[in-house]
Amino acid sequence: MEEPTKAIKEIHPDPSATSGVHPMENLLRMERMPHIWCPTCGIGLAVTAFTAALTKANIDTNKMSIVSGIGCTGRVAGYVKLDSFHTTHGRPIAFGTGIRVANPGIKVVVFSGDGDLIAIGGNHFIHAARRNIDMLVICVNNFIYAMTGGQVAPTTPLAAYATTSPYGCVEPPFNIPYIADSAGAVYVARWTTLHVRRLTNSITEALQKTGFSVVEVISPCGMYYSRINRLGDGLDMMRFYHDNVEIRNGEDTKNLDIGFQTKIICGKFVDRERPSYMERYNQWLSEVKGARGEG
Amino acid sequence: MKFWRKPLDLDKITVPHGEVHIFKDRCKGCAFCVEYCPKDVLDMSEEFNIKGYHPPYVKNPDDCLECHLCEMLCPEFAIFVTLKEEEKSAKVPINKGEK
Ligand SMILES: Cc1ncc(C[n+]2csc(CCOP(=O)(O)OP(=O)(O)O)c2C)c(N)n1
Ligand code: SF4
Ligand code: SF4
Repeated sequence: MEEPTKAIKEIHPDPSATSGVHPMENLLRMERMPHIWCPTCGIGLAVTAFTAALTKANIDTNKMSIVSGIGCTGRVAGYVKLDSFHTTHGRPIAFGTGIRVANPGIKVVVFSGDGDLIAIGGNHFIHAARRNIDMLVICVNNFIYAMTGGQVAPTTPLAAYATTSPYGCVEPPFNIPYIADSAGAVYVARWTTLHVRRLTNSITEALQKTGFSVVEVISPCGMYYSRINRLGDGLDMMRFYHDNVEIRNGEDTKNLDIGFQTKIICGKFVDRERPSYMERYNQWLSEVKGARGEG
Repeated sequence: MKFWRKPLDLDKITVPHGEVHIFKDRCKGCAFCVEYCPKDVLDMSEEFNIKGYHPPYVKNPDDCLECHLCEMLCPEFAIFVTLKEEEKSAKVPINKGEK
């Protein structure tokens, strides 16, 4: 790995060289802590992996923007010390597209929940993948709409209880990596919050990609998902991940469905090259201008 | 330290030692750090912090290998590890828990 840029070194010095200051503090808005997430919630772990990945990847954090929608995960942008946007529900990808197109020098990270990105924001998600907009989407999947009280989401496993499915969920859930893959994403991975190191590596890798990259993070919601399903708290969910995750890098994304308390397949599934939206746009523009003699 | 087989270059390897730092009042008592420390360095204390949670304490300080796993697994940014002062100048050839 190349040396991190000066900006990162300045704001995130070598942890072994500091004392008394948490090494991630320089990338967080500590004045806003403690954060709102419940005890044993996994969203904080997705944030630690993200901040660790920022220090590993060779990226100038001054040229980076983080965009979140609404939800528990939607709070992430407000806690990370980058140019942050807390946008309307379901629209972070649309805002991120705007940022990227208006200022192609900015690296955009969309950090939001499954409900925000795949339910109300589902169309933005598939079309950004189709257009191959250059952004990294980190989708924290806790299987429900947590912030509003644990309603059924399009990711709730069949038969799982939620506050709006007192007899168990009857709708088959979306398989997020499969949607991302079929719609054209160039990088697709899934990890749980227990796999922080692999998650960090995936985010680091995805940050270097040009194009639409998706990292799904399966996360415990001790307050709504596991409590309502009588599965214990987030620590019990972490133990569940420990015993039931199977790592299969390169697995066909068709096979990644998640059932209620069944095996979860994690890994890096897609890593390919496709011209990004801006590359296509610039090339097309120069061709058209050339043909018209305006070039 | 116990090995399942004796490494051939055991005499050349120095194992790093870490020092764990805990911000007790940031902790929400999830116990992720205690559960996943590979060397059982931490345990939950009986004491209450300002928010009313039980924070962890360092039970076996000498066993810490500076793997940083507790730091990565804390959702509250409440715990971190540094290399022990006296080892900072020494050369440490062992991989620091990176994959
Ligand atoms: C337009 C609109 N519709 C509905 C809501 C209510 N709402 C707020 S958060 C949320 C769901 C968030 O779920 P998810 O994205 O999975 O995030 P989580 O809280 O699980 O992290 C909903 C439906 C809203 N704020 N705005
Ligand atoms: S409600 Fe669930 S997702 Fe939201 S902060 Fe609490 S545990 Fe986390
Ligand atoms: S992981 Fe953090 S919040 Fe959880 S018990 Fe340990 S120090 Fe406290």
